[in-house]
Amino acid sequence: MSERHRAAPLAVPLWTPGVLVLVALMIPGFVFVVARFVGGLGAVTNLSQTSPWGIWVAIDVATGVALAAGGFTTAALAHVFGRQAYETITRPALLTAMLGYTFVPIALMIDIGRYWAIWHPIIYWQGNSVLFEVAMCVVIYTNVLYIEFLPIVAERYKHGVRLPGPLSVLNGVLEKFLQVADRTLDRVMWVFILAGVVLSCMHQSGLGSLMLIAPTKLHALWYTPILPLLFLISAVAVGFPMVIFENVLASASLPIEDETPVLSQLSRYTFLFIGIYGVLKIGDLLVRGTYRFLFEASAQSFSFLVEIVVGVFLPFVLLGMPTVRRSRRGLFISACLIIAGVVLNRLNVFLVGYRSPYAVVGYWPSIGELAVTTALTAAIVFLYRVLVTYLPVLPPRIPSHGTSLGVTHSVPGRAES
Amino acid sequence: MNRRTFLTWAATGVASAAVAPSSAWPGVSRRVPDDPYGCLVDLTRCVGCRKCEQACNTVNNLPAPSVPFDDMLVFDSQRRPTPQSFTVVNRYHTGKVDDRNRLVPTYVKVQCMHCQDPACVSACIVGALTKRDNGAVHYDESKCIGCRYCMIACPFQIPQYEYNDPITPRVRKCTFCFERISQPGGVPGCAAICPVEAITFGKRNVLLALAAQRIEAEPARYIPHIYGASEVGGTSWLYISGEPFEKLGFLTLPHRPIPQTTESIQHGIFAYFWAPLTLYGLLGAIMYGTHRRQKQEQQTSEDKGDGP
Ligand code: SF4
Ligand code: SF4
Ligand code: SF4
Repeated sequence: MSERHRAAPLAVPLWTPGVLVLVALMIPGFVFVVARFVGGLGAVTNLSQTSPWGIWVAIDVATGVALAAGGFTTAALAHVFGRQAYETITRPALLTAMLGYTFVPIALMIDIGRYWAIWHPIIYWQGNSVLFEVAMCVVIYTNVLYIEFLPIVAERYKHGVRLPGPLSVLNGVLEKFLQVADRTLDRVMWVFILAGVVLSCMHQSGLGSLMLIAPTKLHALWYTPILPLLFLISAVAVGFPMVIFENVLASASLPIEDETPVLSQLSRYTFLFIGIYGVLKIGDLLVRGTYRFLFEASAQSFSFLVEIVVGVFLPFVLLGMPTVRRSRRGLFISACLIIAGVVLNRLNVFLVGYRSPYAVVGYWPSIGELAVTTALTAAIVFLYRVLVTYLPVLPPRIPSHGTSLGVTHSVPGRAES
Repeated sequence: MNRRTFLTWAATGVASAAVAPSSAWPGVSRRVPDDPYGCLVDLTRCVGCRKCEQACNTVNNLPAPSVPFDDMLVFDSQRRPTPQSFTVVNRYHTGKVDDRNRLVPTYVKVQCMHCQDPACVSACIVGALTKRDNGAVHYDESKCIGCRYCMIACPFQIPQYEYNDPITPRVRKCTFCFERISQPGGVPGCAAICPVEAITFGKRNVLLALAAQRIEAEPARYIPHIYGASEVGGTSWLYISGEPFEKLGFLTLPHRPIPQTTESIQHGIFAYFWAPLTLYGLLGAIMYGTHRRQKQEQQTSEDKGDGP
């Protein structure tokens, strides 16, 4: 990594209007969370006996985990496959993953009925349950992410932990801890990086297995034994688009390096994976003969078509064009399409495609559910903003070198796969 | 860890998976109770008196219903079990008429089927739901975390949830009167009270034979199908009827146990953790290779310690 691409805390004020908007978005959600803990799930959500899972599971948990996949895909690329050109984007991707996974248990605490028993799976093992497998992987992986993130904290604070007020008694201990972590972690980090990749593969595919327990309820367009594989591949495919999405958004409001050349390189992998995903998805339709459901003109068939066309076909065509891959805007649009496609896919599998027998009312999220989901998302963005301000995550733009782009940070002959 | 030990370790992972006996995949041959109890519901006998609903309410200490049990107007709409009522009786008119040209109703009691290989049990993240040897699918609220995955899984859409309880919501469903049938001579409340013996309690094998016998003895009275004999791999509650089951609100379901797909995938991938360990070893080897190559290329002798 060259000197000018070193990540550093950003010397920008925190309380900008945008950040205040984020805070404003969190407030209503907080009110509904309080209402949920006072009145029960029934007081706030539109869940019913025939729609036991709503957007708190489908978006906050299932989609959130998929969109946090940038963490393990960049880690694999940069550290396992040694594509060092991508070092600069591993830190923001790691941060996003860490925040994304941290919010999974928070969202679950709100969603599950007996939130105070959330730790039960740790002692009551039920190995036949897909949910158990997913939960275990997510718990372990979240901790792996914290360990992977620790060096970034150490880099910043190992020579000066200054907690305010009464917390200052902890300064010495924390500083010692960071120093030890800094010295030892480097040597064993490979264990965690590999574990992170493996655990991610396990639970990303596990999320796809979740609905395989409902063969008579999940619409045939989505119910396929290869659902775990589809979930895994789509998570891998959405990893880099998330990195692109964030980087473009972050650079719109923060003084950071323009990473377009790196992102263009990244998009080639995405092109590959979205292609594989598309082939699997279409192949599955043909093999199982479920393409005939596409013409039934139902909400499900429509939603499936949008998912395929917007989320797979369009971005595949776009990323196939070198001009699009080289342009910042083109990259951003393609990334948005892929992200939208994955979000819609998870919504389809968990909500749209789930048709319960004897259902008298359909499910549509309540205002309270929407507000809480909005608040959680805003909280993630807010924390991202706070952490990149104070920790060395993003490479700040250095005005004097501002014009030379794209050469310094690719090791020759390395960036190409 | 140097390269040799690393690779040996990875290779051992693969090898041990290759020799793993297939019996290590419990998903493929699950243990279901050999001789469970069951209930046979003969729909041609049920008169719709709702005594079973009332008995269920009493033996399970459920709250009093908003409409009393002798009010037959409830039949005007189809009901499903609720958190406060583990069983309900519905009335169907299939078009059959009696000799005075009046529509003949068929009454159908609905409750948890106590599946032999239950999807809810396979799904439950903490094992709060278990299939017991006596046939009951038992719920232990002290383990439950309220994730409601059991509701997603149940093909009969039986488990009901107490959405309005903020602290200790429970999953609610027919208990098969677990405590009662665990006692010698114990009979479920609903089966014990039925005045016309529409519900027969006994060993499932015996009930299957009895059902077949009744169908054989009076072929005009019954359709030749025992619902629950093989639906979703078999259920402890069995039904025989004079009308096609599809017309009586019964779902047409596959005959293989619901958990088979997920469990064979899960156990296929996770037997001895062979898949994750192999992946770990493979990625580790790649990582080792890349780092060594990089070191050679960079011609740096200093040990940065960031690789195996
Ligand atoms: S009917 Fe549903 S709740 Fe009852 S045992 Fe079967 S799967 Fe479980
Ligand atoms: S709601 Fe309770 S019983 Fe149902 S799957 Fe979750 S933990 Fe198990
Ligand atoms: S077996 Fe017991 S709990 Fe189940 S319906 Fe009958 S009385 Fe109710």
